[in-house]
Amino acid sequence: MIRDTTLGAKLWAAAIWALVGFFVLNLFAMIGTVVTSSFATRWLGTWLPIGWTTRWYDSAWSEFQLGDVLIVTFQVVGAVVLISGVLGVTAAYALARRDFPGKRLLVLLFLLPLLIPPITFGIPLATVLYRTGLAGTFWGVVAANLVPTVPFVILVMIPFIEQIDPKIEAAARVFGANTFKLFVHVLMPLLLPGILAALLLVLVRTIAMFELTFLVAGPTSQTLVVALYYAVFAAGVRAVQSIDAMAVIYMVTTLIWLIIALRFVNPTQIVTRAKQQPAH
Amino acid sequence: MTIALSQFDEVRLDHVSRDFGALNALRDINLTIRRREFIALLGPSGCGKSTTLNCIAGLLPVTGGAIWLDKSRVDTLRPEERGFGMVFQNYALFPHLNVRQNIGFGLKMRGTPKAEMERKVDEALRLVRLQGQENKLPGQLSGGQQQRVAIARAIVIEPPLVLMDEPLSNLDAKLRLEMRAEIRRIHNELGATTIYVTHDQDEALSLADRIVVLRDGVIRQVGTPKELYEAPAHLDVADFMGFRNKLKGRVLSHENGRAVIDVEGAKVSGIAREKLAVGAPAFAAIRPDDLVAGEPGPNALAVTVDTIEYRGREFVGTARSAGGLDFVFRSHLAVEPGAAIHLRAGDERILVFAEPA
Amino acid sequence: MHQALVPTIIHGPSLRQRLAARGFDSVTLLVLPAAIFSLCLFVYPFAFGLVLSFEPKSGGWLANYERFFADSFLYETIAKTLWLAVPVTLLNLVLAVPVAFRVRLMRHQRLLTTILVLPITLGTVLVAEGLLNYLGPQGWLNRTLMTFGLISQPLKLVHNYWGVFASLVITGFPFTFLLTLSYVTGIDPALEQAAATLGASASQRFRHIYLPLLMPGFAITFCLSFVQAFSVFPSAVLLGAPAGPTRVISIAAYQAAFEEYDYSMASAIAMIMGFVQLAIVVGVLASRGLFYRGPASGAKG
Repeated sequence: MIRDTTLGAKLWAAAIWALVGFFVLNLFAMIGTVVTSSFATRWLGTWLPIGWTTRWYDSAWSEFQLGDVLIVTFQVVGAVVLISGVLGVTAAYALARRDFPGKRLLVLLFLLPLLIPPITFGIPLATVLYRTGLAGTFWGVVAANLVPTVPFVILVMIPFIEQIDPKIEAAARVFGANTFKLFVHVLMPLLLPGILAALLLVLVRTIAMFELTFLVAGPTSQTLVVALYYAVFAAGVRAVQSIDAMAVIYMVTTLIWLIIALRFVNPTQIVTRAKQQPAH
Repeated sequence: MTIALSQFDEVRLDHVSRDFGALNALRDINLTIRRREFIALLGPSGCGKSTTLNCIAGLLPVTGGAIWLDKSRVDTLRPEERGFGMVFQNYALFPHLNVRQNIGFGLKMRGTPKAEMERKVDEALRLVRLQGQENKLPGQLSGGQQQRVAIARAIVIEPPLVLMDEPLSNLDAKLRLEMRAEIRRIHNELGATTIYVTHDQDEALSLADRIVVLRDGVIRQVGTPKELYEAPAHLDVADFMGFRNKLKGRVLSHENGRAVIDVEGAKVSGIAREKLAVGAPAFAAIRPDDLVAGEPGPNALAVTVDTIEYRGREFVGTARSAGGLDFVFRSHLAVEPGAAIHLRAGDERILVFAEPA
Repeated sequence: MHQALVPTIIHGPSLRQRLAARGFDSVTLLVLPAAIFSLCLFVYPFAFGLVLSFEPKSGGWLANYERFFADSFLYETIAKTLWLAVPVTLLNLVLAVPVAFRVRLMRHQRLLTTILVLPITLGTVLVAEGLLNYLGPQGWLNRTLMTFGLISQPLKLVHNYWGVFASLVITGFPFTFLLTLSYVTGIDPALEQAAATLGASASQRFRHIYLPLLMPGFAITFCLSFVQAFSVFPSAVLLGAPAGPTRVISIAAYQAAFEEYDYSMASAIAMIMGFVQLAIVVGVLASRGLFYRGPASGAKG
């Protein structure tokens, strides 16, 4: 856009920044409310709590069995990341390197789970999983979470693999690498940044994936976000501060991985695959 | 002719400067462009030639000085209020509009009546020889055709000034020569005042009435192609004009416009182009065409041939002196690599410049 | 001896070679695990759900659908969901476009995009919990408004329509914005400069250059943002009035499945939900055909 220096243009710009500022302010105030509340002794009808304490973290930890929940969460996320990595990268490699009849249909098939909201396909999926007895189990939760993550890895990796010149692989073959050596010495090092980025995005998305886990999880296979939902749902039974302490634990868990992920990916990639271009 | 020219006398850049933060992209540019003139801004990348063009177009605000169209100041106007036509490096054709709509865009923005618009667009299509292509989208055109649309779009609004930003740099060598002739033809037919940015001295020499050589945001020399080609004022301009041999030496004498310098113990005399102090470092600049293999004597340097390339009518060779100076020369005879020869040039063919600051 | 060579020449290409010529070889087979997985866990459940929805617990094969469209408690969920999803999506898009145009000029966009990606990453459950406190009668928002004398009574912003609306803006706006930003940055700035030199004012440049080039992108952004808002679930339960104005269609589907254990009915509702989304998405995407859809970088360079 051409920078304009007239008064009208400046007012317009100021209005837009005010809008962004308003949004960000509310966002931080919302997060701040949760954090403040989690450290509050009593907080009713005042700007700030009467006193500060960390005991809600102890009570949340024991009341909600957060130790177990966290272990389950990381097991689920780990399994989802590994399996979607293996399935997704291999499929993406084939789709990026070969043209075959039905490829467009297949790509559409992989695109659909990302376009259709989880709650829509989650209900029939949960039905099938309940019929087969998988629902409520650890592997049922993993399977449900894989439905959007495998296509996600495929669609992130296809353009990444396409931009690697196939001649590099041809060159490795010419210099005597067999398929295994080609994979280990040439492809893996080249693909690693892309795989890392894709898997970190899967990780962040899976920690926050509520709907699918919620629909298929049983008492022993809930992840943190589902446990948080139940806690908020049953608010009134427990102290608000205790729920907020749990929310803070959830936030910290998510944010640690988000910060790690953002070292390798652009924030925009969490939403879209489009490459950022410099404005000039 | 239906595409008329705006009536004005001159465009004047008056002490124009442009800073990017601490960096001076343009420093104190003074230049007057007369009506119907074709001016080329020539220089290496990063010299400020595109910045100058963008400042004139209004795409970049100037940070000092003023730009005048006769008596009216234009640098304070927004680009859309200046009414200059511009041809962009990547053409910047609107991909969603067909050829006719692209060319008519500027007229539409001005609220030109439909009949007049059609007439002018037809005239522009004829001028750039694109009749029959008017309903195609830019994506369906070849590079040369896109270039023609970009030119037509810029001239159809009858601008006082047409700005061209390296318009041929995206074309292959053959098409570039063809479009160069087209630009020349259109300029001859229309006489539109043009500022043309390029880094290619052949383009500048063949197209322009006057050439402005820029370097590091400063005008180094302004002159006709002949003046620049024959009498560059500085070493860097000479370099751009094809003086590929630059022999560093020390000034022995400087009088009556002639200078003698000592290059690796040999005396080289030539025409002094700058003020020279006796004893100071200086450069003798010689075109490869003027450097011939010959006998030892005045203006001759002993060299060893490095490479020799066959170029059809002649050979082009590179050579190196004992002191490590590099030479490019032409020869009608095949000289063997490794041969020890003497290279010499006539007094009138050697220009002597002071060492650049 | 020499004749032994002849048959290999007469034979046509082997099956393997013929398959390879059409693009099927061992590399292509790498796609199979993911494809089988997708068939088992995405296509099959969907087909199963569709069939199941026509096998109601009682009544004829259309009984589930008849019940849905006869019971106002059920069919009204469609209108309630649309009444949330459509205004929120339009608002988010209308806000995101000018912001994206402004942010595109920024040199350091990353801080802002990182902040905006926070609510998306944290997810709807956390946003619901945060807003319950923040927008509540004793929350900071109402306190601030009362301190400045803008209101005398706390606004009721939770456990109703506006609570869900706010949560959909908090998570939906960044999503819409980041998508819009990626489309806006995809357009060559030289096109706008060219339009400016040809005399187009800022508003004309937007109308004649950016808008037509961005329309297809806006359509996709609208669709993706819309389906997100349409399938709102946790915040509608936690922040809204799940028995009243924010009884959205996903709540109806969830209750059928996990409170009445009527999977057949739940599948029918899920199919209706999918159908409504599909109808709107297809409608919006079909209108894309009216616009230019090629590369937006000023033709090939």
